[in-house]
Amino acid sequence: MKKTILSQLELDEKLFSGHSACPGCAAVLTVRHIARTLGEDTVLVITASCWSVIAGAGPLRALDISVVHCPFPSGAAVASGLKKGLQRLGSPETRVVLLAGDGGTFDIGLQGLSGAAERNEDIIFICYDNEAYMNTGMQRSSATPYASYSTTTPAPLVNKNPKKDIVHIMAAHHVPYIATATIAYPSDLVAKIKKAMEIRGFRFFHIFSPCPPGWGSESHKSIELSRMAVETRLFPLMEVIGGREVVLNYLPEKYTPVEDYLRLQGRFSSLEPGHVMMIQENLERNWDYLQRASKRYRYEDEYWS
Amino acid sequence: MQMLLSGNQAAAWAVKLARVQVVSAYPITPQTSLIETLAQMWAEGTFAGDFVVVESEYSAMSYLIGAASAGARSFTASASHGLAYMHELLHWAAGARLPLVMVNVNRAIGAPWCLEPDQGDSLSQRDTGWIQFYCSSVQEILDTVLVAFYVAETTRIPCMVIYDGFALSHIYEILDLPDQERVDEFLPPPPGEPALPAPEPVNLQPLVTSQVMTTLARSRHRAMKTVPRLLGELETSFQKVFARSFTFLESFGLAQAETVLIAAGAPAQTVQSALPDLNRKRGKVGLIRLKLFRPFPGAELYQLLENTAVEQIIVLDRNLSAGAGGIFAQEIRSALQQHGFQGKVLEFNLAGGLDLTPAMLERGLAYFEQVSPGEQKEPLWGGDLL
Repeated sequence: MKKTILSQLELDEKLFSGHSACPGCAAVLTVRHIARTLGEDTVLVITASCWSVIAGAGPLRALDISVVHCPFPSGAAVASGLKKGLQRLGSPETRVVLLAGDGGTFDIGLQGLSGAAERNEDIIFICYDNEAYMNTGMQRSSATPYASYSTTTPAPLVNKNPKKDIVHIMAAHHVPYIATATIAYPSDLVAKIKKAMEIRGFRFFHIFSPCPPGWGSESHKSIELSRMAVETRLFPLMEVIGGREVVLNYLPEKYTPVEDYLRLQGRFSSLEPGHVMMIQENLERNWDYLQRASKRYRYEDEYWS
Repeated sequence: MQMLLSGNQAAAWAVKLARVQVVSAYPITPQTSLIETLAQMWAEGTFAGDFVVVESEYSAMSYLIGAASAGARSFTASASHGLAYMHELLHWAAGARLPLVMVNVNRAIGAPWCLEPDQGDSLSQRDTGWIQFYCSSVQEILDTVLVAFYVAETTRIPCMVIYDGFALSHIYEILDLPDQERVDEFLPPPPGEPALPAPEPVNLQPLVTSQVMTTLARSRHRAMKTVPRLLGELETSFQKVFARSFTFLESFGLAQAETVLIAAGAPAQTVQSALPDLNRKRGKVGLIRLKLFRPFPGAELYQLLENTAVEQIIVLDRNLSAGAGGIFAQEIRSALQQHGFQGKVLEFNLAGGLDLTPAMLERGLAYFEQVSPGEQKEPLWGGDLL
């Protein structure tokens, strides 16, 4: 697998240094990998999110591909219209990719997302999920996990609702391709983007994206936290093909207890033992369900040969 | 070619003749027959653009922002709550200088539910940076949609073509339907090259400072101010191609008038047809039809009134800014005072979408004869004249 990562990274760099992301931002690494995989014949639409800032204050720009910013709930429809316009004007091959945070996906962008998915618009929708409104300073969203602190769910009350299951919501739209990914597994991320690039119609990515200032984690721990999210099975690496075929890409050999993951983050500092038990039980139930619904997928078989 | 069309059908024909490339829409009464006509044309293959029905007005306007960013000639139509739902994106489209054209069919905004043609929906969008035209006939709807594309693409300011729900959207009138060659002569077909991705990557509509924002605001204001002059120039080319006139401010009987009614939209047509009778019964009444509302043609309006004997202006507002009065009246009063008009600007209010009848007009004028100048404490409410 290592050899493959290196060959991926030889692709053109599309992210300039000097961008305004916080230290340890997983969203910036995510886009770095995605942008160079997508290449030049791409228009990236960015809806209100941390990336509205990271992409650069005008007239500067942090990315070496064309970017169009748009209002918070509008991303899916703006990207769809842009794609339609390009098709009309004789550029059907140009890829249109939408970048949205969890707020622009799970909350305020959900209606437009559902509409675009239902119409099977020919776009790639990428949600980088840092599990709260981080650009405005850590207010809860419907992607905020159970028992997490946020400025709008302060301790001791913390967040009482479970995280919305966006992958299954999207799967219910029966779109051609859905994938989850994180920067702890860059080959997986890049391979999935490449796979999505070969598919026509609506493609959805849910990307787990640690945020050190919001999560109260150390900035050098973002990749480790991403890996732990997968190893605990809180965030399974998976694909859903056509809304019905569930593929689990990675089965950890040893499961990391969720407590180890939670302990590294200030947002869970007021966690009680009962909370931890509930989180562990929930993820076991979810994993159980996924295992029954899916088939195991070995990278070696198809991606990397 | 002479055709019998409703206002909504005329708008759909104009969209087809304008060779629009992308239409995105969401249905709302009383706009529906417009997008149904387009859908039918699209299904039959006579409308060559793309027609996409989305899940909300919010997404309809978002879709067009995307399509126009790609460089496509784009159109939508809405009304009332639908237009209100687009509000944020109307600002965005204007700020991004996208030459979109939309139709808004006037309908009251709730609560409570009401389908009547109150102008409050479009007037609530007054400050979004869109050009606003108010049409008074079916022919004018068709003509204005064509002109709107020309103006929007020349100035890169989005353009809203507005007309009254039911009173115009569903009324059939005979109109002259131009053939495609004539329309192409007036409005060149849209460009075939995509605007994105740019050869050198761009970062469009990024975060900017207040210094950048104020520069952009000023340039939009300046661009807006060029619209009356552009429309003035267009009068000649429009006349040449279509052999009929297109004006943004039209007057009737001003030479003899002491009282002038100013109206926009369908009520202006009512006043126009009632004018001979009103002059016979009440004497010396004229009409100014306000077609362009944004940018507000204050100087041009004053020029019409300059050197006339007009002492009294009665503004017909089918809208209301509660606590202030009719919105057209406020704008007209402000613009005329700025230019030194000495007469009175009085208010005749039809808020709620009240239908204006010639009998109401006559009773209204009788009322205003009794009001001594400066004494109108609040609008004359059309509802009191029923």
